[in-house]
Amino acid sequence: MRLKMTVNGESRDADGVWPGESLLYVLRERLGLPGSKNACEQGECGSCTVYLDGVAVCACLVAAGQAVDREVITVEGLADGDRLDPVQECFVQAGAVQCGFCTPGLIVATHDLIARNPSPSDEEIREALAGNLCRCTGYEKILDAVRAAARRKAAQT
Amino acid sequence: MTKPLTSTSRAGGVGESPVRPDGPLKVKGEFAYSSDLWIDGMLWGATLRSPHPRARITGVDIGPALAIAGVRAVLTHADVPGDKFYGIDQRDQPVLAIDEVRYQGEPVALVAADHPEAARRALNSIEVHYEVLEPIFDAHKALFDPTSEHVHPGTNLVRHQPVRQGDPDDPAVRAQCAVVIARDYEVGIQDQAFLGPESGLAIPSEDGGIELYVATQWLHNDLAQIAPCLRLPQEKVRMTMAGVGGAFGGREDLSMQIHVAMLALHTGKPVKMVYHREESFFGHVHRHPAVMHYEHGASADGKLVFVKAQIALDGGGFASTTPAVVANAASLGVGPYEVPHVKIDAYGAYTNNPPCGAMRGFGAVQACFAYESQMDAVAEALGMSPWRLRQINAVSEGSTLPTGQVIDSPVPLSEMLDDLVAMPLPPSEEFDLRRMPGGVSNTTHGEGVRRGVGYGVGIKNICFSEGFDDYSTARVRLEMIGGEPAALVHTAAAEVGQGLVTLKAQIARTELGIERVTIAPADSRVGNAGSSSASRQSYMTGGAVKEACAAVRQRVIELAGAPADAQLVGGKVVTALGEVVAQLADVLGDTAIEETREYRHRPTERMNPLTGQGNSHVQFALCVHRAVVDVDVELGLVRVVELAAVQDVGKIMNLLSLEGQIHGGTAQGLGLAVMEEIQVANGKVLNPSFTDYLIPTILDMPPMRLKILENADPHAPYGLRGAGEPPTLSSTPAIVAAIRQATGLALKRVPIRPEHLTGTLAS
Ligand code: FES
Ligand code: FES
Repeated sequence: MRLKMTVNGESRDADGVWPGESLLYVLRERLGLPGSKNACEQGECGSCTVYLDGVAVCACLVAAGQAVDREVITVEGLADGDRLDPVQECFVQAGAVQCGFCTPGLIVATHDLIARNPSPSDEEIREALAGNLCRCTGYEKILDAVRAAARRKAAQT
Repeated sequence: MTKPLTSTSRAGGVGESPVRPDGPLKVKGEFAYSSDLWIDGMLWGATLRSPHPRARITGVDIGPALAIAGVRAVLTHADVPGDKFYGIDQRDQPVLAIDEVRYQGEPVALVAADHPEAARRALNSIEVHYEVLEPIFDAHKALFDPTSEHVHPGTNLVRHQPVRQGDPDDPAVRAQCAVVIARDYEVGIQDQAFLGPESGLAIPSEDGGIELYVATQWLHNDLAQIAPCLRLPQEKVRMTMAGVGGAFGGREDLSMQIHVAMLALHTGKPVKMVYHREESFFGHVHRHPAVMHYEHGASADGKLVFVKAQIALDGGGFASTTPAVVANAASLGVGPYEVPHVKIDAYGAYTNNPPCGAMRGFGAVQACFAYESQMDAVAEALGMSPWRLRQINAVSEGSTLPTGQVIDSPVPLSEMLDDLVAMPLPPSEEFDLRRMPGGVSNTTHGEGVRRGVGYGVGIKNICFSEGFDDYSTARVRLEMIGGEPAALVHTAAAEVGQGLVTLKAQIARTELGIERVTIAPADSRVGNAGSSSASRQSYMTGGAVKEACAAVRQRVIELAGAPADAQLVGGKVVTALGEVVAQLADVLGDTAIEETREYRHRPTERMNPLTGQGNSHVQFALCVHRAVVDVDVELGLVRVVELAAVQDVGKIMNLLSLEGQIHGGTAQGLGLAVMEEIQVANGKVLNPSFTDYLIPTILDMPPMRLKILENADPHAPYGLRGAGEPPTLSSTPAIVAAIRQATGLALKRVPIRPEHLTGTLAS
């Protein structure tokens, strides 16, 4: 089947899609956007987190057909060219990125958290990111990055 | 496909914390992991695996699978072009099963198809006829019961390594003991659970060779195993490191490398292969489960008199790295303590359980849980504080280990414990449901919750041991680019997340006195770098980059006609007294200076097969942990409140990366203590998913307090000490000790499950 959706502000078409394909598969394998990751494809790790009509979702749990005519924003859509989003900037600077496989999902989830709650407490950060597994960092530097990103966004507005 | 990395940060030599050169790509989603690779016209590969842990294969019919639309190839062992077996230590593992399968998940056949779904359907249509056999799944029986059947012809023993010092059975020795504690311990199977699935892309080349883009820990060792199976000379197998989504030992053995290459060579088309999560649980080796019996004797003043131990490690169906894991468990089996009388026997077994091999801590983790539990039991029996007992017995520089090896660099364990105990305990907090065991599940408001504090100490060998010719190679090129001196650093070493790409650039900046450094992609066009394991790359590849830079510097100094002890600083050649001799730009002109160097650590020796004696290790690294836990003793729920650690790293090369290693290692130790186990029944895995195999989330990890010491190792580059593994050892026993203190239970098995804490199961 043929699908049409808006991805990172552009209208995109995908052809020859099999009915069982997830949004994650279509983004990664058909639209050339492998930034969203595929660590479990079962909704358990958060590495595939994207915005679907402004709501953060696991792209592996969304059937590609469900995204038709809707608006998807992936991690590739957050930076402004070479200018990183403050969340991205803070993840790099805080040392929150090791292998980085969890990072795209955490970036989108953090972006979403700070949009909803501009100055989250540590407990709120932990609750919000509980669905995003990271095997490398033990999460300490991720907490540092989220706190710093919230401060930086607050200073910008 | 894999791009060179030029640091965005201009400054940042050794000891500073510049940001990772791959950081911006990773946060933008533009870093190419092995599962992200894509090329026009590529096929999808898939693997058919045995559902049985032990069975004879009596027939395979690939006809129905080949008939499916979009299927381009179905291959079995008959299609393996060269050697039918591979293996990291012993070549005992069939590329595809031949007549018998030895573990559940063993690869039997391969498919290449136009779409992953077509490949999956084809897998379901391959008919394999099995004659199912009773699996051998009890490692103890496999090793010690003479009536046991054998997994491989003639034996179930991979390695037995004794360590003998003094005589723990001498009645005169026993008479010195005020307490003798004998207990059994068990460690379950832990999984590396790296997030990036096993994956890669193979592209056939015109000369009949192959380009392989894979995520691995050791390119050259992969190459040495892959080429003979493909019947290709090594130079026709061109390997490039694709982005690695974590490793932790799980990418030391091959997974899909030979398979994807076979499919590409057979079809003449590029083939991509990506395991899904369930398959990943079967696609790599795990941490060895262990059954251990320990007996400790100590005098009334707390001095250890003897330790006896029997350690049985279950390696599963194939050897993998079991021989080296056994050596670590044996040589480090009493921990960092002085013990005059020692009798250790460590065994590695073949069974039909999941194959086990390398995971962070590598044999030292299992023994550490047992010896630290024993130290607590001895302390309790003597009415001593657990950390004081450890200090009384602590090794220090000059101590002799039970293997006869003298520790010839600083190991300030006693001081580390002083520092640890002096760290403030977490302040009492206001009530918050989210900080209760059970969290927002609202299982308690504090009733039934007890706090406990525990300590753990671990010792890990760094680099490869036992006489292995362990080296790394680096090529460094210095030239003017755009009017600025710039270095290109090329090694085959695997960046698995630990930050080696950052460190290599730091070393080049410091040694060459420049700002601009580019890190070439790791590939097999440069010499062997050895494995990114055993916490060895800062030491080994760091050492190689340092030496290659020194060779480049030497040539620059000669060209400049400067005195031999001149330095390169700030783009200039400068004498030892700080006088500027020349600008690098003038010395270099249009020439590029390139040097390649191999770096080796001091030679080591094999352990004596009967006594374990010998200088088998290069370097020792210690970490100590204190854990504070809250336990809901009615429901058996645990919340780790805080973890504090002291580690001596010799030299802080990059504080940000180092802290990340200690945090991450500590988290994996927490996982082993209270969450992570591959559960196996009759040789079959019960929980191959992140739904059922739980790794720590951000809710499970407490704040971590760190103190890092820098007592230099005079034998190592910059005095550094490998740092990635030690925290994984010590956090597990510290957490278990804290839970013991909170509950009063003996707790002889990890991971601890709620039912172990509520008395439903004997603990
Ligand atoms: S890949 Fe979607 S949640 Fe793990
Ligand atoms: S950085 Fe590797 S999984 Fe998070």
